[in-house]
Amino acid sequence: MAEGHWSAKHLLGIAELEANDITSILDTAESFREVASRPIKKVPTLRGKTVLNVFFESSTRTRSSFEIAEKRMSADAINFSTSTSSLSKGESMLDTARNLEAMAPDVLVIRHPHPRVPHQLAGLIDSSIVNAGDGAHEHPTQALLDAFTIRRHKGTLEGLRVAIVGDIEHSRVVRSNVLLLRKMGASVVVAGPRTMMPRHAEALGAEVAYRVEDALEGADVVMMLRIQLERQGNSGSQLLLPSTDEYFHLFGLSAERLALAKDDAIVLHPGPMNRGVEITSEVADGARSVILEQVANGLAVRMAVLYLLAGVA
Amino acid sequence: MKEQDPVERGPVQRDPVELVRAAKAIDGFPSGSVLVRGGRVVDPTQSQLAPLQAQAAAQAQASEGAATLDAVCDVLIVDGVVEAVGTDLEAPEGAEILDATGKVVIPGLIDIHVHLREPGQEWKETVASGTRAAAAGGFTAVACMANTQPTNDCRSVTEHIVEEARRAACARVYPLGAISKGLAGRELAEFGDMAKAGAVAVSDDGKPVENAELMRRAFDYARHFDLPVVQHAQDMEVSGDGVMHEGEFSARLGVPSIPAIAEDLMVARDLLLLEETGGRYHVQHLSSGRSVELIKQAKERGLAVSCEVSPHHLLLTDEDVWKAGLDPNIKMNPPLRSAADRDALVAGLLDGTIDCIASDHAPHHPDEKQLDFSAAPFGIVGLETMVSLILDRFVRSGHIDLARFVELLSTVPAQLMGLPGGSLAPGSIGDVTLLDLECKITVDAGSFESLSRNTPFDGWTLAGAPAGTVVSGRII
Ligand SMILES: [Zn+2]
Repeated sequence: MAEGHWSAKHLLGIAELEANDITSILDTAESFREVASRPIKKVPTLRGKTVLNVFFESSTRTRSSFEIAEKRMSADAINFSTSTSSLSKGESMLDTARNLEAMAPDVLVIRHPHPRVPHQLAGLIDSSIVNAGDGAHEHPTQALLDAFTIRRHKGTLEGLRVAIVGDIEHSRVVRSNVLLLRKMGASVVVAGPRTMMPRHAEALGAEVAYRVEDALEGADVVMMLRIQLERQGNSGSQLLLPSTDEYFHLFGLSAERLALAKDDAIVLHPGPMNRGVEITSEVADGARSVILEQVANGLAVRMAVLYLLAGVA
Repeated sequence: MKEQDPVERGPVQRDPVELVRAAKAIDGFPSGSVLVRGGRVVDPTQSQLAPLQAQAAAQAQASEGAATLDAVCDVLIVDGVVEAVGTDLEAPEGAEILDATGKVVIPGLIDIHVHLREPGQEWKETVASGTRAAAAGGFTAVACMANTQPTNDCRSVTEHIVEEARRAACARVYPLGAISKGLAGRELAEFGDMAKAGAVAVSDDGKPVENAELMRRAFDYARHFDLPVVQHAQDMEVSGDGVMHEGEFSARLGVPSIPAIAEDLMVARDLLLLEETGGRYHVQHLSSGRSVELIKQAKERGLAVSCEVSPHHLLLTDEDVWKAGLDPNIKMNPPLRSAADRDALVAGLLDGTIDCIASDHAPHHPDEKQLDFSAAPFGIVGLETMVSLILDRFVRSGHIDLARFVELLSTVPAQLMGLPGGSLAPGSIGDVTLLDLECKITVDAGSFESLSRNTPFDGWTLAGAPAGTVVSGRII
């Protein structure tokens, strides 16, 4: 196992990491990636450790990815979701914390629809906490797996131009990615309809574009976001987007548009994809797409994070 | 533009002598006398140590910008009413002596925006605990909002609050009646009946009156009773499920936001309606710089509009929400806005566009504030921090003088809501606040008289504090 230098109690967000922490996590993930190629994909690193996956918001993908990562490391992985347990998002933070702590987990993986809930729980609880997405705030393991994927193809993150296209306002993937990529010396341009852009988008630390073509021009990496019609708040999705068809015509990633990016540009998507909405099948399944690699890399990165937080050398 | 009825400009026209008599009828002033001795008396409604004169004359004088009374002297209250202000006043036989040496003596402070939560949510606050908090905070009177359970939308609830206040209160309590039945925003509540029972104004606070036609009718109908129509200005469609100001920090946090224009739209709409209907319009807890501008222009056009600002909007911004890591105790509605908005509010306070300061004291039980920021209820308590905050950050810093402080927290609030008080001129109600300008305090939410502790100011060290109150000659 590679020795990581990142040592912290929690992974709450990219905001809390320095560039060398990020490098250390990514380096550690490289050695875990190798585990996946073995015939027996299990290592004893977290034997005897209990990891609770606590999801206050449904997410099959992220939860499964964490769960597989935990099992490959021989941890006792237990899932809690609001639908299957007494946990509720209307419960006081202290009660939530006490209930979770009563199960004496070593690590809590938390997904919550509200920003900074994992951060608040971190102040109330002894276990290590991994933020698996808090509202539209952060999703650090997603940004790390994206960075890992980019680095494998480009060798480095420094100096790259990364275009992120979609619903910028409601995306935790964007916030974590912009923070990470900027810390690693990449430049980022975010693009989307004005209705899906926060009104003070410049505060995110990225260049802002309102034409997808402007964002794609000269990009080394293109990251397309899932258009989530279900996550548009009270204002109603139809206020942000008249139709998915119109979105596709204005912002969808087609082969012709991808041609604006660099010749060796790669295409990422955090999944699950809406084919024909944010991306064509031609691009999604094409040679430049690294979307399936992201899924595999997600396991390696999550194993690395769990190892660095709770593993015994 | 339609000229507004001149009678409806400026303060509510109620005879001060009549107001004192009415208060006496409700509270039954104690007989006997109190001599507040040797303090520095500051009263912008009096220019000098005058012989006995009617309060009305004194108030008229004040509005002409006469020099303020600011002198070390005594205040004598007899049978609940100010008898005399002067040097070396003789204490009548059996008078209680309140030594005010080294203290500032001012007309009793009035907070026209508090939530006492009674009836219905007594775990958050009661009339008794809320007025204990008021007294501890230097207030002799509060005006309480109608979003109780049941809503104060009819005479029986108003009477209940008035009765509870008479029985248990450490400060005067003036209920506001609801504008709409059940705050549902559909039908007008019985303004006349509630006014008879003691309601001093109408408001759906906690919610805006969204329906423009209902608001138009409320302005019309309130004129029969000369009641101010008091609005929590917020366009609910624009604010959506927002929980903090829309700006740089909400963008970075990914927090659903409440744009400042949600307030501006409602203020602008109401001002257009007011111009059409006449009546009095009071905007609560102003938070947006553009709303200050709208009100300034409306005042220049001669509309009878007034507004209040809360200490937290004068002192904090959305950056503080960010720095506090989304602590639920810094969540309120309207939200803390940008530094530019904050600066515009301060400017509006200094140039007189903003009429008064009110706390929007909104108690919530600690259990309720233990939810995460998005899920926790809006609101912070303010009665026990407001005086020290304003003294330290505005008076001590030289932005406003003590006379203006008294106007902002006593004289003008009394005028806006048509309340007795706001003056120590002989004949005025015997409500007095004492201030200690020198003492340093550290805010300790744990020791609040309020049943709730939800404040972002816990641990702040401030110079200047309230040092006691007298309510109609009763030392609290
Ligand atoms: Zn309000």
